[in-house]
Amino acid sequence: MLSYSIFNVFFWHVNKMRKKVIKPIVTIEQKEGVFVIQCKGDWNLKTISDAASVLKKGTQAIDNKSKVTWDVSLVKKFDSAGIILILHYVTLLKEKSCDVKITGASSELEKMLQMFESNTEKTDVLITRGPMIHNGLGEIGKKTVSWLRDIVEFIAFLGESFVSLVYYIVHPSSIRFNAIIKNIEEAGLRALPIVALTSFLIGVVVAYQGAVQLEKFGANIFIVDLIGVSITRELAPLITAIVVAGRSGSSYTAQIGVMKITEEIDAMKSMSFNPFRFLVLPRMIALMISMPLMIFFADIIGIFGGMFISEIQLNLSYTEFANRLQDALEVKHFWIGIIKGFFFAWLIAAVGCFRGFQVSYNTESIGRYTTISVVNAIFLVIACDALFSVVLTELGI
Amino acid sequence: MKNIVVDMKNIVTRFGENLVHDHVNLSIYEGEIYGLLGGSGSGKSTLLKEMIMLLQPQSGSINVLGKDILKINTIEAEELKKNWGVLFQSGALFSSLTVAENIGITLKEYTDFPRELIDAIVRSKINIVGLPEYAARLYPSELSGGMVKRVSLARALAMDPKILFLDEPTSGLDPVGAEEFDKLILGLRDVLGFTVVMVTHDLDSIWSIVDRLCVLGDHKVIAEGSLNEVMKSSHPVVVRFFKGTRGLVRSRAYDGE
Repeated sequence: MLSYSIFNVFFWHVNKMRKKVIKPIVTIEQKEGVFVIQCKGDWNLKTISDAASVLKKGTQAIDNKSKVTWDVSLVKKFDSAGIILILHYVTLLKEKSCDVKITGASSELEKMLQMFESNTEKTDVLITRGPMIHNGLGEIGKKTVSWLRDIVEFIAFLGESFVSLVYYIVHPSSIRFNAIIKNIEEAGLRALPIVALTSFLIGVVVAYQGAVQLEKFGANIFIVDLIGVSITRELAPLITAIVVAGRSGSSYTAQIGVMKITEEIDAMKSMSFNPFRFLVLPRMIALMISMPLMIFFADIIGIFGGMFISEIQLNLSYTEFANRLQDALEVKHFWIGIIKGFFFAWLIAAVGCFRGFQVSYNTESIGRYTTISVVNAIFLVIACDALFSVVLTELGI
Repeated sequence: MKNIVVDMKNIVTRFGENLVHDHVNLSIYEGEIYGLLGGSGSGKSTLLKEMIMLLQPQSGSINVLGKDILKINTIEAEELKKNWGVLFQSGALFSSLTVAENIGITLKEYTDFPRELIDAIVRSKINIVGLPEYAARLYPSELSGGMVKRVSLARALAMDPKILFLDEPTSGLDPVGAEEFDKLILGLRDVLGFTVVMVTHDLDSIWSIVDRLCVLGDHKVIAEGSLNEVMKSSHPVVVRFFKGTRGLVRSRAYDGE
């Protein structure tokens, strides 16, 4: 039954497509040295595609410098596509130095022919391009130049944000406290659930991996050192930064990008509101305030995750864990993690805002720059972390 | 009697609590330039969007090119939509495509024409709306406001529509540009013979190119017909519209001609 009805719909559709439309018929004949192109029927968008292929072959067969008569007297209806088709081949024939005459056009058709004739001049460039073929070497060159330009622009951006910061310090009344607090709520407070979940899971993962290894040596208690140091010094700052880069960095780019497209930023500039003071610094400061707090939060949750698994896997009670933690975890590890947070936050906010200002006036670029912003932010965070490791190790901290 | 191409009967539209149309009736005849008038918020654009199936009224019937578009099935709707072109207020060009690709996109999707023919059609549409040749390779973000309108018109004309819907075609154009645009639409209508439905509050357009119009106000159509017929109405909205300072200046100039 079902297949029957599907068939019905199918045939109904096919019949519908076949119905009504009279296919244009084009014939090309050679009479006494004159080529006669005869058109019949309806010439509109729906009917001319067959005629187009007939004409393409037919006109190729016509010799140079021959006489062509194009008879349109039997055509019933025309639209602009039909006319352009005819004029297109008339121009091609004329290029072959043929003598082309259009005969039998009604007055209405004559008017349309005139309207489009003056307009269809042949230019050698094809307007609609095909798929783009990339020129490898050229692409590398372009990429390099744009990469270098990005770096220069980024440094200029950082410079300008420092100037605005100085302005903030000199004129404390110009600090946008409301915007800062709103951004702390948006980027900090609302990110706590996801930060909690990821850092808990990281604590669990580290504890599991550590537990298996340490059990072999009977060094169960050292799980506390492992978790305490790795979470506070490295993992909590890094994981928090990556979550924030994905969450807030991207939204900064998108927000500022949309503002640029809707000319909000131009409007601000015209009122002599410095976008750095109104948009960039509040976001930067908000993130630099909330990031260390979030890292502290992630430290607690991460260590708790480790404690939880130690209890299950190694039978290390919470009290023992806490006792050992006080001896094992020097406070410097904690502070290093927190201080990293300031730098990570600064990098994420700077890249997010910078990429937002790079958005050009089309919708596609928002998506592109948002992606770039997140990738850049995560890369910079990890690079910065590596730099910290090297420097701190060399200093023996 | 000319054929009716768009027929709206007893249209009721409501956005939440807000009543926009209260039993609106209007009919648009084949080949005419029909103006939808009314103050801001009177639901002109909403009415236009209902005609092109972007919005649905709460009740009433809409007949476009002999099809009841509120009861039409998907296949028929798809076919019907190829019969009209729409010029949106802000142009609504696809920003990732060049001007030429914007104009040619419907041809590329819905016909099996060879590339050269699509190219020829695109080129001729670009010329016919008065754009320079080099504009073809530009992206929408590189165009001026007037050019965006022209490209959008060329895109709307690409499939040789039977009806052309224009949402405030002259808004954002300078008076010279607006007049040229009006003449362009009039000229194209005369040669290609399509029907034009335009939302406008440009008094100059109303005087110079609109054949028939309707004025929306108080959620209803308060006057419909030719300009002279509409001017006879004593409804306060019509009076304010045509007898305001701007309207008076225009009608004096019109009488003088």
